[in-house]
Amino acid sequence: MARTVWDSSVGKKTVMAVSGLVMLAYLVVHMLGNLKIFFGSDEFNGYAHWLRTLGEPFLHHEWALWIVRVVLVVAVVAHAVSAYQLSRRDIRARPSKYVHKRARASYATRTMRWGGIILGLFIVWHILDLTTGTVHADGFQAGHPYQNVVDTFSTWYGNVIYIVAMLALGLHVQHGFWSAAQTLGVGSRARDRALKTVANVLALVLTLGFVSVPVAVMTGVVS
Amino acid sequence: MKLTLRVWRQKNADADGAMSTYEVDGISPDMSFLEMLDTLNEELILKGEDPVAFDHDCREGICGACSLVINGDAHGPERTTTCQLHMRSFEDGDTIDVEPWRAAAFPVVKDLVVDRSAFDRIIQAGGYITAPTGAAPEAHSTPVPKPDADFAFEHAECIGCGACVAACPNGAAMLFTSAKINHLNVLPQGAPERETRVLDMVAQMDEEGFGGCTLTGECATACPKGIPLMSITGMNKEWLRATRKAGKR
Repeated sequence: MARTVWDSSVGKKTVMAVSGLVMLAYLVVHMLGNLKIFFGSDEFNGYAHWLRTLGEPFLHHEWALWIVRVVLVVAVVAHAVSAYQLSRRDIRARPSKYVHKRARASYATRTMRWGGIILGLFIVWHILDLTTGTVHADGFQAGHPYQNVVDTFSTWYGNVIYIVAMLALGLHVQHGFWSAAQTLGVGSRARDRALKTVANVLALVLTLGFVSVPVAVMTGVVS
Repeated sequence: MKLTLRVWRQKNADADGAMSTYEVDGISPDMSFLEMLDTLNEELILKGEDPVAFDHDCREGICGACSLVINGDAHGPERTTTCQLHMRSFEDGDTIDVEPWRAAAFPVVKDLVVDRSAFDRIIQAGGYITAPTGAAPEAHSTPVPKPDADFAFEHAECIGCGACVAACPNGAAMLFTSAKINHLNVLPQGAPERETRVLDMVAQMDEEGFGGCTLTGECATACPKGIPLMSITGMNKEWLRATRKAGKR
């Protein structure tokens, strides 16, 4: 059955839909967690520490976090590999372009591939910046995420990279959520308006929620 | 009406093609697009040139033979087939671009004619029902609920012209395939092959080199018969159901 799914274009879309929804669910939680920055460094750092103790004593220290990380890596890889293979198939299926050009489909729909690449690169930078601290602006302090976040958003490039990526995220989610519903066969005429509304609300809330953090640092609300 | 046409000319499947410019005069707004091309061809023949090859048959909008991408739109600016498109949809003095369907699975045979036999092979993979032939059975012997009959009929309207493939930026045949699957899978007559139909037809669709669906909605916008985009959702649902059932067996 796994073979049938992976070999079929419809099956690969299913993989994309499921992995996309897993990442989307994570992003909602991640965004809500980020908003704790507005309640001061103690609450934000405390929340980050609690994430490491989640599931104890049943789970060892940081195990819950590592389980989430493994699930996310699997989702990202599955999503990216299927996207790459499906895109290759799509490009091969339409080798010659029309001479008479016109804009096709909505902006969000047309930017799914480039938006996805931007998001993939962003994830790499984001982890190197705020998880490992490899490319962090000045003096990464493990266990002090509040200070690290303020550092990142005190640089112009940190803000630019982050905000561009979050706008790409909004567009990606807007088309992606609704598309996932169609791929999984849960869309219908009766539900279409509801699904489109949920997609738009998710896109807007995620983008605004994430972007509010750099904006707060830039305006001095968080410092 | 006086028009400038830019038409894709290609000698055969292996030759390189290019757009050629022609002037046509004396076009009536009541002519169909194909009649306008007939007028051009008559002039070309009189001049001793090779007429433009294009597919057509019933010229009533029901057979699915005519094609043509007109100014970037499959079947042109109106939501109908090219044979039912009339020259009143254009302005006097317009320049009109005429191109063949573009897809790897639909190779150009000559000029504006493409080979659509990939669709026939998708149908052969499962677009039929197993039924005894002979005299037509009593219609009431197999009751079909009205909503199911309406749903089946909506999808049965597909004439297999390939406009969905031509319009799709991925050259996907999802709308065509889903129309055929939904049409038969909802009816009791189609029930015995419900699972094999969707699995085999989707596999054949992939085999033919069509692209995948990215839900741009271009296919449903171009479809002269108004097959809805949700048809693809229905096919995905049937495919997942059939895959789960096949996995249990």
